[in-house]
Amino acid sequence: MTEPVRANTAVVPPQPVRVAPAPRSQWWGVWDQFRTHKGALAGLGFFVFILLAVTLGPLLWTIDPTFIDIRARNQGPSLAHPFGTDQLGRDTLARMISGGRTSVSVGLMAMVLSLILGTLVGVLAGYFKRLDGLLMRFTDLFLALPLLPLLLVIILLFRDPLRAAFGPETGIFILIVGVIGITSWMQTARIVRGDVLALKEREFVLAARSIGTPNRRMITRHILPNVLSPIMVSATLGIANAIITESALSFLGLGFPSDFPTWGRLLFDSTDYLQQYPERVMWPGLAISLTVLSVNYIGDGLRDALDPRIRGR
Amino acid sequence: MLTFTIRRLILSVPTLLFIALVIFLLLELAPGDPMAQVPMTVPPEVKEKMRLALGLGEPGHIRFWKWLVQFFWIEPLNLFDHYFGTTFAEGKLRVISWQTRSPVMDIVVQRLPQTLWVVGMAYIVGVLIALPIGIYSAYRQYSLFDQAGTFVSMIGYSVPPFFSGVLLIVIFSVQLGWFPSIYDTTHVVNDWASFKVQLRQMIMPVMVLALQTTAQISRYMRASMLDNLNQDYVRTARSKGMSEMVVVMVHVLRNSMIPVVTVIALGVPSIFGGAIITEQVFKVNGIGQLLITAIQANDLPMVQTLTFIFAILIVVFNLIADILYGVLDPRIRYD
Repeated sequence: MTEPVRANTAVVPPQPVRVAPAPRSQWWGVWDQFRTHKGALAGLGFFVFILLAVTLGPLLWTIDPTFIDIRARNQGPSLAHPFGTDQLGRDTLARMISGGRTSVSVGLMAMVLSLILGTLVGVLAGYFKRLDGLLMRFTDLFLALPLLPLLLVIILLFRDPLRAAFGPETGIFILIVGVIGITSWMQTARIVRGDVLALKEREFVLAARSIGTPNRRMITRHILPNVLSPIMVSATLGIANAIITESALSFLGLGFPSDFPTWGRLLFDSTDYLQQYPERVMWPGLAISLTVLSVNYIGDGLRDALDPRIRGR
Repeated sequence: MLTFTIRRLILSVPTLLFIALVIFLLLELAPGDPMAQVPMTVPPEVKEKMRLALGLGEPGHIRFWKWLVQFFWIEPLNLFDHYFGTTFAEGKLRVISWQTRSPVMDIVVQRLPQTLWVVGMAYIVGVLIALPIGIYSAYRQYSLFDQAGTFVSMIGYSVPPFFSGVLLIVIFSVQLGWFPSIYDTTHVVNDWASFKVQLRQMIMPVMVLALQTTAQISRYMRASMLDNLNQDYVRTARSKGMSEMVVVMVHVLRNSMIPVVTVIALGVPSIFGGAIITEQVFKVNGIGQLLITAIQANDLPMVQTLTFIFAILIVVFNLIADILYGVLDPRIRYD
C-alpha cells in the first residue's frame, strides 16, 4: 500500500473566509469526480441496495428466518420461497436477509472500532514526537502477530464467558466485532501517522501554532479534517476486511451459532449439501463476494476522488 | 550490510519474545481443563497429581520460561539428535500434546509436507502468473488487457477462499467430475499414473490460493513498473537505440522488481494463514487443519506451538524482506 501515503500532501486546508456567495463545498467536487468512476458508482449502488435489503427486507419479506417447516424442506426456488428452503424447511431468502443484517453490521461496527483505534494511534504517533517510537514499535509488534490463528484462539477462550454475560447472540457479536477491530487497526495507524507527519510541516499548522492554538484544538480543528480522506479510504477497506474475516470465522465453525445465521455460517452449513444442492452455497457466497467487491470498488473510486491532483481534470 | 543485517536480527528477538508472551498470556486465561476427559471415578487427588505431571502446578512465569526452554532449546536438540544420532536431548521433557500425549513437534513434522506442497506450489504458481500480467498491464496501461487484469485482481481480492474453493468444487468435481473434491494425503507418487492423480488433486487447492496471490502481486508489479516506466533512465536507454525488449525486460524490470521481491517475501506467512481455510475446504490434513482440530479439542500446547510457529514465519519473512531490500537497493542500507 504505497499510494495513500503520498495521496494527501496537497489537500486544501479549511478555508476560514467565505468568498463566494453560493459556497460550494469541496465534497461536491469529490462527488463529481466519484461519479466518473463507473465501477465505484456501481459498487455504491449495490452496497446501498444491500443496506436497504438488510434493513427494510424483514418488513417486506415477513417469513421468520427461524421458522421450521419440515414438510417444505430442501425445496428449489419457487414463488413461495424464491431462494428455496434448507434441510429444515427454513426459508433461504429470510435467512439471507437476517444473515446479511448480522454480517453487514459486524462489518460496519468492526470498521468503526478499528478506525477509531487506528486514527488515535496514528494521530498520537504522528503529532507527539515522544510517543512516536513507542507507538510505532507497538504497531509493528501487532503486525507481526499471526492474526487468523490468534483470532481463532481468542474466540475459543472468550466465547463462553461473554455468552454467559451478554446472552448467546450479543456476546458473540461483541466478541467478533471486538477481535476484528483490535486486530485490524494497524494499516490505518501507519497511513494516518505518515500523513500527520507531513501535515505538521505545513505553514497553516505553524500559523495556527503561532496564535497559541492548544494541542487538543490543533488536532481536532486542523489535523483531523485533513487526514479524513485516507481514513475514509481505509474505512472502505476495513468493511471489506471485517466482512471477510467474520465469514471466515463462521466458516471455520468458530463464529456465530448456527441458529443465528450470518452469510459465512450459511455458506458453512450449505457445504454439507454440496453434492445434492450445489446452488445453496451460491447465495451466501455471492452475497459476501459481491458486497466485498462493491466496497472495494467504492474505496477505489474514493481514493481517486479524494486525490486533489486527479480531481477536476 | 553486515551491521544492517545484525541490527535487524537483534530487533527481531524482542518481537518474538513479545509474541510468545502474548500467546502464552492468552492461553493462561483459557477455561479449558486437560483433565476434563478423565473419568469421574478418578479421585481428585490423583487428578491433581496428573495435573502436576503435565506441569500445570507451577506459577505462570516459571511455566513461560519452561516453555521457552522447551521450544528453543530442547526441540532443536531433538532435531539435532534425529539427524546425527546423538543423545543430547534424552530424558528432557518435550512439548507434549494433550490430545495424543506425544510430542507436538513430531505431529507438526508429519503434517508439514502436505501444507508445504499445496501452499508452496500455489504461491510459486501465483507469482509466476502474476509477474507477466503485471508487466504487460503496466506496459499497455489502460488497454483492454489492463482493464481485464484490474477486474480479475479486484475479484481475487474480494472473493474469499472459502467461496472460490467451494465454487471450484461445485463446478469441477460435482458438475464435471474432473477433479476429486478431497485431497488424499496418503497418496504415494511412485510412477507416472500416480503422479497424474497427485497433479489432479492438487490443481484445485493450488488454483484457489494462487488466485489470491496473483491478485496482489500483479497489482504491485503493475504499480512498480508504472513508477519506473516514466523515469529518465528509460528514455536514455531508448535513445541509445536499445530494443524495446531490452529496455522493458532488463532495465525497467530489474528496477521494478525491488519492491515486488520484498512484497513476495512478506506474502509467504500470510499465505500460510490463508491456507488454514483452504485446507479446511479441501480437507487437506496440513498444519492449518491441525490448528483447527487442536482448537476444537482444547489442546493448548498444540495451539500454542502452532500459533508461535506462524509468528516465527512472519518475523522471519519480515527479516528476509528487510535484508533483501537492503541487498537490492543500496540506498536503504546506509540509513
